[in-house]
Amino acid sequence: MSGGTRLENANPLIFQRSGERLLTATDEDEDVADPIDDREIFDILSKSINDPEHPLSLEELNVVEQMRVNVNDRESMVSVEFTPTIPHCSMATLIGLSIKVKLLRSLPDRFKVSLVSSQTHLINKQLADKERVAAALENSQLLEVVNQCLSTRTM
Amino acid sequence: MAADNSVLLGLVEEFVSGQVDSKAAETSTGVKNGQFTILQLVEALGVSLSSSQPQTRGRGVQLLSQVLQECYSSLSEREVEVLLAFYENRLKDHYVIIPHVLQGLKALTKCSVLPPGSAVSVLKSIFQDIHVQSLMLAERSCVYNILISLMESKEEELKGLGADFIFGFVQSVDGERDPRNLLLAFQVARNIIQRGYDLGKFVEELFEVMSCYFPIDFSPPPSDPRGITQEELVLSLRAVLTGTSQFAEFLLPLIIEKLDSDIQSAKVDSLQTLFVSCVQVSQTASERVESAGLSALSALVSCLSRSVLNSDSEDVLQVFLSLVLKDCQHHLCEPDLKLVWPSAKLLQAAAGASYRASLIVSAAIIPALLEQYNNRTQCAHRRTLLEVLQGFVQPTALSRPDSVLVAFQQSLCGVVFSALTESSAGLQVTATRVLSALGQQPGLMAQTDVEKAVDHLSRLILEEDDPKLSSAVVECSGSLAHLHPKAFISRLIPRLKEEILSGQSDAAVRQRCVTALASVSSLPSVVQESAPVLLQVCGFSVEEVAAVCISLQKIAEHARDSEEIGRFFHDIIIPHLLGLCLQAALQTRDAGQPSERKKQHLWDSTCHSFTSPQVEIPEIDRLLLQLEDLSCTCTHLFSFTSAAKCFAGLVNKRPAGTHRIYLLPQSHALNFVISVELENTSSAQRTQAFTLLLWVSKALLLRYHPLSTALTDQLFALLSDPALGSQAADGFGVLMSDCLDVLNRGCHADVRIMYRQRFFAENSTKLVQGFNSAEQVKVNELLPLLLEALSCADQAVQLSTLSCLQPVLLEPPEALRNQLEALFSRLLALTTSPAMKVRIASLQCVHALSRLPEHTVLPFRARVLKALAVPLDDKKRLVRKEAVAARAEWFLLGSPGGR
Repeated sequence: MSGGTRLENANPLIFQRSGERLLTATDEDEDVADPIDDREIFDILSKSINDPEHPLSLEELNVVEQMRVNVNDRESMVSVEFTPTIPHCSMATLIGLSIKVKLLRSLPDRFKVSLVSSQTHLINKQLADKERVAAALENSQLLEVVNQCLSTRTM
Repeated sequence: MAADNSVLLGLVEEFVSGQVDSKAAETSTGVKNGQFTILQLVEALGVSLSSSQPQTRGRGVQLLSQVLQECYSSLSEREVEVLLAFYENRLKDHYVIIPHVLQGLKALTKCSVLPPGSAVSVLKSIFQDIHVQSLMLAERSCVYNILISLMESKEEELKGLGADFIFGFVQSVDGERDPRNLLLAFQVARNIIQRGYDLGKFVEELFEVMSCYFPIDFSPPPSDPRGITQEELVLSLRAVLTGTSQFAEFLLPLIIEKLDSDIQSAKVDSLQTLFVSCVQVSQTASERVESAGLSALSALVSCLSRSVLNSDSEDVLQVFLSLVLKDCQHHLCEPDLKLVWPSAKLLQAAAGASYRASLIVSAAIIPALLEQYNNRTQCAHRRTLLEVLQGFVQPTALSRPDSVLVAFQQSLCGVVFSALTESSAGLQVTATRVLSALGQQPGLMAQTDVEKAVDHLSRLILEEDDPKLSSAVVECSGSLAHLHPKAFISRLIPRLKEEILSGQSDAAVRQRCVTALASVSSLPSVVQESAPVLLQVCGFSVEEVAAVCISLQKIAEHARDSEEIGRFFHDIIIPHLLGLCLQAALQTRDAGQPSERKKQHLWDSTCHSFTSPQVEIPEIDRLLLQLEDLSCTCTHLFSFTSAAKCFAGLVNKRPAGTHRIYLLPQSHALNFVISVELENTSSAQRTQAFTLLLWVSKALLLRYHPLSTALTDQLFALLSDPALGSQAADGFGVLMSDCLDVLNRGCHADVRIMYRQRFFAENSTKLVQGFNSAEQVKVNELLPLLLEALSCADQAVQLSTLSCLQPVLLEPPEALRNQLEALFSRLLALTTSPAMKVRIASLQCVHALSRLPEHTVLPFRARVLKALAVPLDDKKRLVRKEAVAARAEWFLLGSPGGR
């Protein structure tokens, strides 16, 4: 275990990616309003966030699933439940933070985000605390790692 | 001697210890009649002066000072020097002694034999050791008196002290309250100002310390022995405040503020001070201050004019103006006329404030000025007076028909006519100005006067060759002709015509006649007389023809809205000019530069004369042919460009719906000529062909003619041409911008609305292609066009431009970097467009811009992030998707771990 850091989860289980969302006729109709729905948020999270350890998306790692994303456009509520790759993964906080930041950057102001990890209450508490999230993002090293998670893979 | 000594000792003893005051007088008598010397006195005083008791020392100094006051005049320089050293030293002593020390110093400074340097050292000691305002009344007065006597005798030395002296004085006087001392202090200040002491940086301090007494409110106690009056104080303070122009900038605001005072006397004082200061200020160089002063005066007068009069009260305005007049009028009569201008400006400011004021002032001043004018014989003086007079005669917004000037009408006209016959050009110029001022006001010139004036003007036009005078005469004729056309038709025009047609006069005279004719022709009736005369000049040299054309052009520009003149031009002038045009065009090439210029003017005047498309142009086909030929073959840049423009202007106005062959009679040939010339890269006429192509494209584009597409395609093709590429890129600017001389609505060109939008809709793809393939230089020219296409309201244009732009932005050309600001503001505005596709495309472009080098786009990050928050909540999912993607990239830009 000398040189290089040791991966906590060296061999993750990989899940299949869902296909692209199919365009419907109403999508191109100027007059129809499309509410923000589960799939839309799921697409945002699954496609554009990488696991810090692997060049894999959260969907492929099954960290987020569409059924655990709930959106209510009318009431401006989003709730996401995520599952860190392995139980008590130390990267869980980072993944949670990345999801949180991604949602903040991608959703209109009016939305209230509740982010829940299915495993530890500690993380849930940290992520729910607005000031702690803000403080974490003031830390440039932490921000750097979060930004790396949020960088799109194909450049 | 010994007896004297004991007598002296006795006297000193009785004065100091015995407190017998009368002994001082005895001692001084003794010194005066030579019984004792000052040295002996000092020696006798020795014990008391060095006593440890302050009272004793004080008594000693008192005796010495009292003696000195009696006999300072008999002291020798050496004695004075020693005594001064002693007294200066004593200033540091106990406070009970100080009053006597100051008395002594006051006496010593009156000496005529003050040693050099002593004044400076005395003052330094006083300013340093004494806090003047904590002294008693009499001692303060002593200090001021010392200052006054030193200023009398040692002015040079004090000036050497520079600003230190001013500062010392300001410090000593600051807080003085006693009227007696104030009079002294004002005197010192006045001396400082009037004798040219350098105020240095203490101008404002000195002003502050003096102006705090303004306006003075003083009622003397009933039993005042000195009999100081308020008047005395007011006058001496005013002399200080208005003494120097350096105070002006502080004084005017102060006065304006005090004018609002409720106290009657304060108001009066302010007004009078303002008045004195106005006179002073007017002499200074500062125009700003002067104009502030003048406007204050005129505001004041207009305020007074509005004041309500009681039946029994005095007219305040009358009183004030009579004050002003009294002070100013004599300046107008002084032999050297030095203060004429300041006074005249003051009076004009007062007169301009209200109608009533102008009546009062004019009634008093104009006779005086006229009399002065008649009394003077020098031209320079007369000119000055006439210029002043002009200021009063000039019509203003306040002028009414029953002007006070009517009464002086006869003499005014007389003065002006006499000035017009003088030999000095300057005087004559001024006279013409006065004349036009008089002419503009009804009732000031009788019919005979007008006729006389016109005769004078004609004479001046024909005889005077001074350029300034001629232009003044021409201007004056122009303004008078507008009001009195008959006199000009019956007198001036025939006379000039006769002169022109006589053929004997030289070119300069004819030139002046032509200019004058053009300037008087503003009314139809005059034009009908003058234009034919102008046309007759056309038989002379090339320069004259050009001049005539310019004149006609001026007339045409002037008369743009007059239907009558337009018809006259149509009927008479245009056919004539066209004949000239053709004649000139037919004679081409062999003539040199001058004829080119002549043609240039001919084109211009024809273009301008095309007042409406209904005007039928005879032989238009022939004209077009000539123009085309000229524009393709001529080598003179100005000529071929003008020819191309004229051609385009005519093509644009050809009736719609005609067959294309009729529209462009030579269109096949034209295309052919242009193509041949353009394809032949070595041809010398490529630029000409290009110019013609460009202008014809514009002419057709403006009216939506189907041919325009073919022509603009040719322009696009030229973008990649090595020689014409950059001109072609510039050409697009010409296509899209409004042209000032032809092809605009003012020329009655056929301009469809939205022609730009249409052009972009059809051509933005081609533009972007050109943009991609073109060299750097051309890209610079095309970018503004693209940006304009983005701000165009048509959604189709926006969309096509955006979709063309996006690939460009992925590999942005260098030129784009300079236009980022404009690009961002347009793109971000489009992200809220009503059309979904435009929103998507613009978001894609914004996304693409995030890939530009960080340092170039980082400045826009905050703005972009803020703007992109809006489409995050777009109602269409596809738009939100683009917004999310773009915003994510922009968040990463310049952030740690980002890019």
